[in-house]
Amino acid sequence: MKEFLAFVRKEFQHILRDKRTMLIVLILPVVQMILFGFAVRTEIENARVDIVGDLSDPEVRKIVDRIDNNRYLEVAEVLPSPNCITSRFEKNKADVAVCFGMDFGTHLRKEGRGSVKIIGDGSDPNSAQMIVNYVMGVLRSEQTEISSSLSGQDAVQTAPSVQLMYNPAMKSAYNFVPGVMGLIMMVICSMMTSVSIVREKESGTMELLLVSPVKPLWIIVSKVLPYLFVSTVNFATILLLSRYVMGVPMRGSLLLLSVVAVLFVFTSLSLGLLISVVASTQKSALLLSGMGLMMPTVLLSGIIFPCENMPGILQCLSHLIPAKWFIIMVKKIMIQGAGFPYIIKEFCILAGMTAFLLTLSVKKFRIRL
Amino acid sequence: MENAIEIHGLTKKFGNFTAVDNISFTVRTGEIFGFLGANGAGKTTAMRILCGLSIPTAGGGTVAGFDIVREPEKIKKHIGYMSQKFSLYPDLKVWENIRLFGGIYGLSGKEISDKTAAILSRLGMEDVRDAFVASLPLGWKQKLSFSIAMIHDPRIVFLDEPTGGVDPETRRRFWELIYEATSGGVTVFVTTHYMDEAEYCDRVSVMVDGRIEALDSPDALKRRYGVNDMDAVFRVLAGRAVREE
Repeated sequence: MKEFLAFVRKEFQHILRDKRTMLIVLILPVVQMILFGFAVRTEIENARVDIVGDLSDPEVRKIVDRIDNNRYLEVAEVLPSPNCITSRFEKNKADVAVCFGMDFGTHLRKEGRGSVKIIGDGSDPNSAQMIVNYVMGVLRSEQTEISSSLSGQDAVQTAPSVQLMYNPAMKSAYNFVPGVMGLIMMVICSMMTSVSIVREKESGTMELLLVSPVKPLWIIVSKVLPYLFVSTVNFATILLLSRYVMGVPMRGSLLLLSVVAVLFVFTSLSLGLLISVVASTQKSALLLSGMGLMMPTVLLSGIIFPCENMPGILQCLSHLIPAKWFIIMVKKIMIQGAGFPYIIKEFCILAGMTAFLLTLSVKKFRIRL
Repeated sequence: MENAIEIHGLTKKFGNFTAVDNISFTVRTGEIFGFLGANGAGKTTAMRILCGLSIPTAGGGTVAGFDIVREPEKIKKHIGYMSQKFSLYPDLKVWENIRLFGGIYGLSGKEISDKTAAILSRLGMEDVRDAFVASLPLGWKQKLSFSIAMIHDPRIVFLDEPTGGVDPETRRRFWELIYEATSGGVTVFVTTHYMDEAEYCDRVSVMVDGRIEALDSPDALKRRYGVNDMDAVFRVLAGRAVREE
């Protein structure tokens, strides 16, 4: 045990002495949060909506009024025919067009459905998607009102989900806080651990540790401990920032969230170990964790691009990204306030991955030693 | 007195490649044993097996009286090791490096502070106690490294090219440390590329292509091959190598 403590002290000294890295590691989450929170705003303001349809129809007028009254949308012009839409987009006069079908109001009243086409400007797919969502939200709230006048029960049940999805001011924060959390933990735990182990391989000190009577497992554990500590600090920083600066609610249990976070830290640590077994220089460890872990995590875990919109093959790939499951769980706990029963599937998947990776990396580590 | 190292028929294969090919030798307690060979001759592999870092494919033996296959953990407690690359932590201070390795080998707090004082005064390094190891000249680092490898009073100390990259004068002073250690009964097992250092050894073995081609005292080897120095002995033997580095 005393031998182990000597190790742990050494590891802490390493990272505390490396002030520059330490600073980066502690400030990284803050910068990321502020960047995502204020610079990369994904919500839309004053999107210009063109209307194609019969404004003398009271149902159409009602919807157009609603669109106009919406904080984030404004009606730009009423077009005589859908053919004009292209040129409006080209001249950047409008962001989206809503085309109502013939006799929209009559159909809506008689059959409970009217045909509407929403055309977005796909040259900027992300904001187009967002604006189309807003417009759909307006249309759907119109529909909800109609159906709620028919049966109250149903509408009450769908109401909360409508509110959550179409609470645009919050939307990007809701999305990126769990994402940034996943990303930071991944970076700190896997990148830093792998680099610190590979550094010892490179400098030759690893040999020295291995010929000592200390068991390899303890060497690994003591390597990992400081980063566990650092990621706890990061976790707290992100939570505080998201709560008090971004205004993201913490509806679920903090304990459950922490348990999930610890699980994810272990996943990342075992990935870091795996990298340190494969890589023989610090550079290759950095590259491997950068390209091999960060990129797929950013692209495929749903932080920026929603997994649901990916082509089938990428969706399958995204299932393999541990961060995806972590982010889903964080969203459920923080924003939906879900308890353990609701995240049990994701929890089991992540736990399974962790167990697999941990066994593999410890085994590989031993063999390499 | 028993031998410090006894090795019989030691073989290590990596796939089809035989790195160490059926070598046998003994190292007597208290002697300085030079383990020579060209790069790629199998020295490092053999040394790793002796230190308990690697398991032989065939053969076996004892180091410090413990079986190299069955008791590598016990061996590790009784050997010191210093590798060719400088291997202390540059971002730790001199005394912190000493404390770390004292701690790793299970020394008590008192033993560690006694050892620290002893090492620093022997090396004349009291003034740089609080300096980061990174700031020391290479020769000092090597001496410190050697002293730290001896911190737990091992029976055998393995030195893997300990004096690479320093001038002859610094090398000579390093060897004074080694002599001092052997006078205390420690066995020294050393690999080197410097043939002047080979002359300092009690006995040397020369490895070629995974086998031990010659093993004797430097003087006996020089007589056998009819040459004047170890450099010539080495060139005669290493010239027989078939395999490339």
